[in-house]
Amino acid sequence: MENKVVTQTITNATVISNNSNTSKRLKQFKKSGPLYVLLLPSIILLICFTYLPMYGLIIAFKDYSPTLGILESPWVGLKHFIQFFNSYQFDLTIKNTLNISLYSILVGFPLPIALAILCNQLRIGMFKKVFQVTTYLPHFISTMVMCGMILIFLSPSNGLISNFLGLIGIEMPNVLSKASFFSSIYVWSDVWQHIGWDSIIYLAALSAINPTYYEAATMDGASKMQKILHIDIPLLLPTAMILLILRAGSLLSVGFEKVLLLQNPLNIAGSEVISTYVYKIGLQNFQYSLSTAIGLFNTVVNIVILLLVNWMSKKLTKTSLF
Amino acid sequence: MKKKFAKKSRTEKSWKDRIFDISVYGIAILMMVMIIYPLWFIVIASFSNPADIANGNVWFWPKEWKLDGYIELLKQEMIWRGYLNTIIYTIVGTFIALVVNIPAGYVLSRQDLFGRKLISTFYIIPMFIGGGLIPTYLVVKNFGLLDTFWVLVLPFSVSAFNIIIAKTFFKNSIPESLWEAAQIDGCGTIRYFLTMVLPLSKAILAVIGLWTAVGIWNSWFDAMIYISNESLQPLQLILRRILIANESLLGTASGDLASELRRLSEMMKYAAIVVSTLPIMCLYPFLQKYFNQGVMVGSIKE
Repeated sequence: MENKVVTQTITNATVISNNSNTSKRLKQFKKSGPLYVLLLPSIILLICFTYLPMYGLIIAFKDYSPTLGILESPWVGLKHFIQFFNSYQFDLTIKNTLNISLYSILVGFPLPIALAILCNQLRIGMFKKVFQVTTYLPHFISTMVMCGMILIFLSPSNGLISNFLGLIGIEMPNVLSKASFFSSIYVWSDVWQHIGWDSIIYLAALSAINPTYYEAATMDGASKMQKILHIDIPLLLPTAMILLILRAGSLLSVGFEKVLLLQNPLNIAGSEVISTYVYKIGLQNFQYSLSTAIGLFNTVVNIVILLLVNWMSKKLTKTSLF
Repeated sequence: MKKKFAKKSRTEKSWKDRIFDISVYGIAILMMVMIIYPLWFIVIASFSNPADIANGNVWFWPKEWKLDGYIELLKQEMIWRGYLNTIIYTIVGTFIALVVNIPAGYVLSRQDLFGRKLISTFYIIPMFIGGGLIPTYLVVKNFGLLDTFWVLVLPFSVSAFNIIIAKTFFKNSIPESLWEAAQIDGCGTIRYFLTMVLPLSKAILAVIGLWTAVGIWNSWFDAMIYISNESLQPLQLILRRILIANESLLGTASGDLASELRRLSEMMKYAAIVVSTLPIMCLYPFLQKYFNQGVMVGSIKE
């Protein structure tokens, strides 16, 4: 902001009158004309399908009725928010959402970093390539197929895992029908599917490290493990911090599709999260306003957490998104 | 004397490093097995007798080869329809996404764009805020797009993430002097973009095109919300009926016939996974370098 003021005063000083400054801006604007044409398709689509729905958020504060439309529906203030906060679903969905989300940050965040460091240690070129291709592979499986695979493998009667456990004489419980297992199933299958892909960005950061660091460390007689601890990890931290901030910004938005697909009436106590609840209230029970209010609550909390973590990170580590 | 001492400590160190290397390769091999084996198992299971799988007789190779799952699956007319729909959605949707996102990325990379900061903000806001499920649904409904082909390829084709990646690419690989030279030759912005920038940008077109294509191929939630017409359903929705909802596609029956049908539908599950995932899995090793390139481009700051 301050910068802008400074440059403006400079231009004002060099250009003789304010008048010709505006005409210069007009000229600049005109010159950008063809560029605006190129932007047009995406701007129109964004306005229609992203910004218009934002305006539609006001139905969270109204009793929306399809016959009256958004504008005519009566205002009701915070009624729907209060209804959500007081419902017995509130504690349940918040608890499950935070549980799954924090669990997956705790497990799913450090593991790709570890994998990248591991991969970086592989010196046989061909092996490294095969290793990478293999670990990225599951990322391209669709959520639907992934959930199908989870159901097949975890089937208590004839699934792969129960057969395997049967070999060593352990009977497999029906984990899919137990609420307490849900978060583990969710998080670890996610790790299996995305760990390789999530590590790419750290591999890029590792490959950017100046080799003289390693040379110097070798001269000092550092072991490989020491090089990882004192060179790799410290230099990966800024990248990790940025990704952690982004991750924190979607704390309340867990991978909704996967939760919905793995949910069943028996595990619902551990699997109902805010987003699945929004879906059910809205599109299955047609309580449009309530559903929108819950969704809005979700977004606001996410943004607040994002800003908070970003601010904290800026203070503590000098790394921040904005 | 001193030299000898240094040499000794280095061999000691290298012993540590050797153990380290062995464990690194050990862990890497273990991980590869853990990733590959489930996928391999799905493939062999799709060719096996379900009874053998249930009894735990199939581990690395089918006990007896059976093609029933595939035969029954491919007899289902809706599988073919779903396949065809998905292919069309993927092609059209990818094309639209490129037409929409690539020019936006290019324009935002231009330093001389008037109002650049404001416009960038306009694109970034949707990354953090959105209307959410219901308001978006209502808008789509009001546009009359419910249950149409277009709803899966047009409304959500703008991706701020892809635009930022494209912008970074253009900024780093298209020199500003090229535009200055083109201007001197009397070339306009749009013609410059179409005839000079685009041919130099095959890499970013490939990256964004592939990402989008995989995304559309694998997506199902939008279709579930916006499409109820069976003839428009993509493959993933049909997979849902086979894999998740456990819906039998073979009709109802009782007695021996019922158990036979159960057996077949069990086989169809494995076959369905293979058939729907195969195209991407086959393409992937060849396209891997583009996928990685995209992540690399995107990971460079901003």
